[in-house]
Amino acid sequence: MASPDDLVGVKPPRKSLYAKREPVFPKAVDGRFRRLKWMVMAVTLTIYYVTPWLRWDRGPWAPDQAVLIDLAHRRFYMFSIEIWPHEFYYVAGLLIMAGIGLFLVTSVAGRAWCGYACPQTVWTDLFQHVERFVEGDRNAQIRLNKGPWTFEKIRKRGTKYAIFLLISLTTGGAWIFYFADAPTLARAFLSGDAPTVAYATVGVLTATTFILGGFMREQVCIYMCPWPRIQTAMLDEKSLIVTYKNWRGEPRHRGTKKATLADLQLGDCIDCNQCVAVCPTGIDIRNGPQIGCITCALCIDACDKVMTQIGRPRGLIDYATFEDSKIEAGGGTPKPLWKTILRPRTLIYFAVWSAIGLAMLFALGVRTRIDISAQQQRNPVYVQLSDGHIRNSFTVKIRNMQARPRSFEVGLSGLDGGVMWTETGSREQAGTAVSTRVAPDSLGKLRIFVAAPRSAEGGQDPFHFTVRALDAEGGSDSTEAVFERPE
Amino acid sequence: MAENKRIDQPSGTETVGHEWDGIEELNTPLPRWWLWTFYATVVWGIVYVILYPAWPLVHGATEGVLSWSSRGQLEKELAAERERQAPIRRAIAATPLDRLGEDPQIMQAAVEGGRAAFRVHCVQCHGSGAAGSRGYPNLNDDDWLWGGDIVSIHETIANGARDPQNEATRMSQMPAFGRDGLLTPAQIADVTAYVLTISGQQKATPAARRGSELFAQNCAVCHGPDGKGDRQFGAPNLTDAIWLYGGDADSIAATVTNSRYGVMPHWGGRLDPVTIKMLAAYVHSLGGGESLATPLMAAAGTEGSDGQP
Repeated sequence: MASPDDLVGVKPPRKSLYAKREPVFPKAVDGRFRRLKWMVMAVTLTIYYVTPWLRWDRGPWAPDQAVLIDLAHRRFYMFSIEIWPHEFYYVAGLLIMAGIGLFLVTSVAGRAWCGYACPQTVWTDLFQHVERFVEGDRNAQIRLNKGPWTFEKIRKRGTKYAIFLLISLTTGGAWIFYFADAPTLARAFLSGDAPTVAYATVGVLTATTFILGGFMREQVCIYMCPWPRIQTAMLDEKSLIVTYKNWRGEPRHRGTKKATLADLQLGDCIDCNQCVAVCPTGIDIRNGPQIGCITCALCIDACDKVMTQIGRPRGLIDYATFEDSKIEAGGGTPKPLWKTILRPRTLIYFAVWSAIGLAMLFALGVRTRIDISAQQQRNPVYVQLSDGHIRNSFTVKIRNMQARPRSFEVGLSGLDGGVMWTETGSREQAGTAVSTRVAPDSLGKLRIFVAAPRSAEGGQDPFHFTVRALDAEGGSDSTEAVFERPE
Repeated sequence: MAENKRIDQPSGTETVGHEWDGIEELNTPLPRWWLWTFYATVVWGIVYVILYPAWPLVHGATEGVLSWSSRGQLEKELAAERERQAPIRRAIAATPLDRLGEDPQIMQAAVEGGRAAFRVHCVQCHGSGAAGSRGYPNLNDDDWLWGGDIVSIHETIANGARDPQNEATRMSQMPAFGRDGLLTPAQIADVTAYVLTISGQQKATPAARRGSELFAQNCAVCHGPDGKGDRQFGAPNLTDAIWLYGGDADSIAATVTNSRYGVMPHWGGRLDPVTIKMLAAYVHSLGGGESLATPLMAAAGTEGSDGQP
């Protein structure tokens, strides 16, 4: 036990089973990728906060919120599209598109989702800007962190956490507006009349934003999130990833003049550690691709700046594919970018992605807003009537998926001698059609009795229920049902 | 074992020093905060054990300081449900039977309440779909022994049929023509032939013509001169396609010989008036319900709607 370990070097006799967290104080940086991240942050946050407040006129019978997930009434509104629960396949389609889109992006540009668009990244980035605004840049933060609890430290930490909390509160607060009329809910929320679930949701999301964005940060990416593992498996040798070009950078050195005087063969890396200082997950990209790298590309910006200062070409750290890295290391010219992007794998992803999108658009374009379904009441399956006829009963549902009340005629076709009547009607008034009115954006339910003469052979006799709109716009639908007779 | 510790070359990670058949383990320690979440769950568990029933004992479990139980929660939910139903039950109680159909909301609540009560009290004989079976009427069809309007149905449910424990029960008795020697087997065969004829199951035969006379003398008093029955006595219509005990020759002959005496218990006094009303509404809604011939007159008899006229 006590014997020295010659391979590992000097170590404490007992090592903890748990790793202490290394605090990360990313340095501010400017550059092309930083500006891209600013843009992505602005766009995603604007979409998130503003969307519920957009209005969209749908007439007097439907909500006027452009994007609304009405869970209570099971409707999903998105601009001119309204989705009923039975049309959930559109949502499923969107989710599949999102998945394939992610495959596509990953095969082209690696963990671009992680580095730019993931909410964890966007909010952490926002929180780190707040941190730099309140406490100063990296070095000031390190000093403050190590320093004693002076009034200054308490004031700065208090301000920082207050701003974190405010951002978290608005983040959690914005979420609930997607599920109810935003202005109404906002008023109710402030006056204390909103439903408990609204306060609970805001509470939970405020807490998670505060904890995940304010404290957990890179720990989420490294320990909690399954996505880095999945994405790592989806990369191939033709995917663009953030690469330290060690064939150009090594051997690294400090003190160029001395080295040049000594006439040593040197790489471009001056070991300034700027790439480590700006990294939001606190890794050293020069150790090669690793699970902690979210490919935010900030180290590219930091290194480019240094390369410009020492008069070397930019791109010592840059987006590069494994394949190109090998070629470049061997002294060759890397492939042009379009060849990296346009290759069978990405094209197939794109084809599948757009096929699903086009299929959904087509389905949306031709979908009808009238629907009929019939369910037979099977207990009892049939009833013997006193005049020898047989009666079946059905629950017929008519979906009026438009935001106005409509009148419909429900009919019966293809059943010899069959007549129908509703619960409120009677057999004396039975015919082959009944009319009904269905409220806007609602399901009309009719209990329908169907009677037909007994037949010698008995058994099952298929027929159709039809529905036809009785207004100028028209439209119809039909569904098959089965008339059951005793053998 | 610590002496086996080394740096794994491909991953650059230290091993923990264990080795089994050449398989080694990398030392990738959990973050410290992960341990804190474990302690947090332990604290949560302790709090839970204090608040809620937890430790199993011989007779039940420890109670927990909140005194929560699943049975208690069920009772609370049932009480809330009763509270919720109270207004509609009051409305049903206040609405006379013949006017129940005027308010669709009340009618629907009554039908649904009746459906639930039917499942508990009636399915044993009438079946879960109210389709009945031999000797137990099908309540879905359009043939009624004692009347198919909502007031008559209500009366039948409240007082029953041939219930010896209720004075006010619906009462009638068919003589056992064969067993008591009122008709000879040959005469019974003739009457049977006649009944088969008027129900359209066979063409008129000499036997049926003989049976016609016997029918007029023995049966018409209850079943009517044309065999269409009389709801006053619960006498079934013999000319239609619906048979409670079977419509074939053997079944009809057996019925004439031995008579039938179907009993239905009365529910007035055993179920509350609102439930009986709801049952009537449900049975009436099954598809064979008839409208009231003279609504006001019929309503007068059952205004109390307590099932005990």
